Amino acid sequence: MKTELDIPAVTVFLFFFALVTVMGFVASKWRRPKTLASLDEWGLGGRQFGTWITWFLVGGDFYTAYTVIAVPALVYSVGAYGFFALPYTILVYPIVFMVMPRLWQVAKDNGHVTAADVVHGRYGSRMLEAAVAITGVVATMPYIALQLIGMATAVKALGFEGELPLIAAFVVLALYTYSSGLRAPALIAFVKDIMIYIAVIAAVSVIPGKLGGYAAVFDAADQAFKAKGSGSILLQPGQYVAYATLALGSALAAFMYPHTLTGIFASKSATTIRKNAVLLPAYTLMLGLLALLGYMGHAAKLKLASNNDVVPALFQTLFPSWFAGFAFAAIAIGALVPAAVMSIGAANLFTRNFWKAYVNPQVDSVGEAAVAKIASLVVKVGALLVIIYLPTQFALDLQLLGGLWILQTLPALIFGLFTRWFTAPALLAGWVFGLFGGTYLAWTDGLKPLHMLSVGSFQATVYVGLIALVANIVVAVLVNLVVPKPVATAEAASP
Amino acid sequence: MARHFLWLLLIPFVGLLWVPFYNFHDPVLFGFPFFYWYQLAWVPMTAFLTWLAYRTYPNED
Repeated sequence: MKTELDIPAVTVFLFFFALVTVMGFVASKWRRPKTLASLDEWGLGGRQFGTWITWFLVGGDFYTAYTVIAVPALVYSVGAYGFFALPYTILVYPIVFMVMPRLWQVAKDNGHVTAADVVHGRYGSRMLEAAVAITGVVATMPYIALQLIGMATAVKALGFEGELPLIAAFVVLALYTYSSGLRAPALIAFVKDIMIYIAVIAAVSVIPGKLGGYAAVFDAADQAFKAKGSGSILLQPGQYVAYATLALGSALAAFMYPHTLTGIFASKSATTIRKNAVLLPAYTLMLGLLALLGYMGHAAKLKLASNNDVVPALFQTLFPSWFAGFAFAAIAIGALVPAAVMSIGAANLFTRNFWKAYVNPQVDSVGEAAVAKIASLVVKVGALLVIIYLPTQFALDLQLLGGLWILQTLPALIFGLFTRWFTAPALLAGWVFGLFGGTYLAWTDGLKPLHMLSVGSFQATVYVGLIALVANIVVAVLVNLVVPKPVATAEAASP
Repeated sequence: MARHFLWLLLIPFVGLLWVPFYNFHDPVLFGFPFFYWYQLAWVPMTAFLTWLAYRTYPNED
């Protein structure tokens, strides 16, 4: 790839970056509340986002910059297997439709801001609340770090050297998130999503034409995998279970993260969420086409230092430099939206489930907002330090484990919406077993997401997060059967 | 609206999680092997099924 500074590309990039920076600060005046000094306003945008704002916001923070870089990179390196992102992001919406409107209702009725609030309200257990809150924060940190990797890839492609541009972008992000709260990423998401759509649609319609059509693209990828001796454009029989379980496990985990849940809690109504389950797949279609950029990298015969360079290199090689600058700006801004929402989600957890729970139970709404604003800064600085001082692989490994960990909060958060049968000690035991057992499995497999299961003569490679979830649920059921039930707890809302 | 069609939402899980259904090269459509266009086709199909479920769901507003 080119490394000297590319002036037209840099100009376009800086223009869009300046635009969203202004929008980030102006956002505090958008749909102006009486005051931003309340956690409902700063951390959830006032719970008033309708269908379209929610569509842009959730689309903007679920389909992240890292997705745009990493999915094509995985498809470039292994082929069909990397496509599991497609069934994953299809199946996530039926799950959202069935579960999230109920969760929203419980949160709205009781003034809950975080998943751990919901769990505490439902079970009255500080231990279970803390388990869910800590898992949320720890799983989110490496996710923010990944956004920085996505942004760094785009900034590097422009020809900038060193970490200074990255630090500058993050300081700006931190400041407007501090002052505007969730309104900033919600407003910026409009720009980000439209830019990403334009870049992807241009890529998937123009690039195949230059490379001889889609048939030629698939053919070139097929040849490249055969020459390399690994990867393929169809799955090997041994990959079937891995593919399906990764898709299902990821779909179940996706809306357990603080940043996706923040988008849910910030919605205006349960109907808003159901409508979005119908409309959000538009992003999935874009992701599916984007993944094919991995194969286009083979057809264009790119020579890459790292798989992650496949998307930037395609734009640099096949588009005029001003458009490459536009695409890189889309990716970099694509990192800002999720990073902002993630830090807000983590800050909400810290404020509600640590500060209010243990440090200052009398804290009022104004005090909560003040604590959360500081916490959001700390979270971002932490992620920045991880990227600057630790090897990239560390963030990638943690992100993998983060998916496994956050999935273990599903029984505690979701089961209570549908049944009163489970008790807090049982769910806590399940969480402990799933989280530590799953981590142990992943650790002994050399931090791989897949684990070989053998039952008699039957062997299958299964997503380790899903194995851990099954163990989690089995333990919860067993403990629930053994331990006597306490008298029913606080909240009257759910069934 | 007495009946709702939540069960429709289970169909995509069957269609996408049973990989032997679709791990083929042929038939090719617009240059896309079956494996790819089949899964891409599930995006609008799932959105449509979700829309049917939405239409028949008792919404509060």
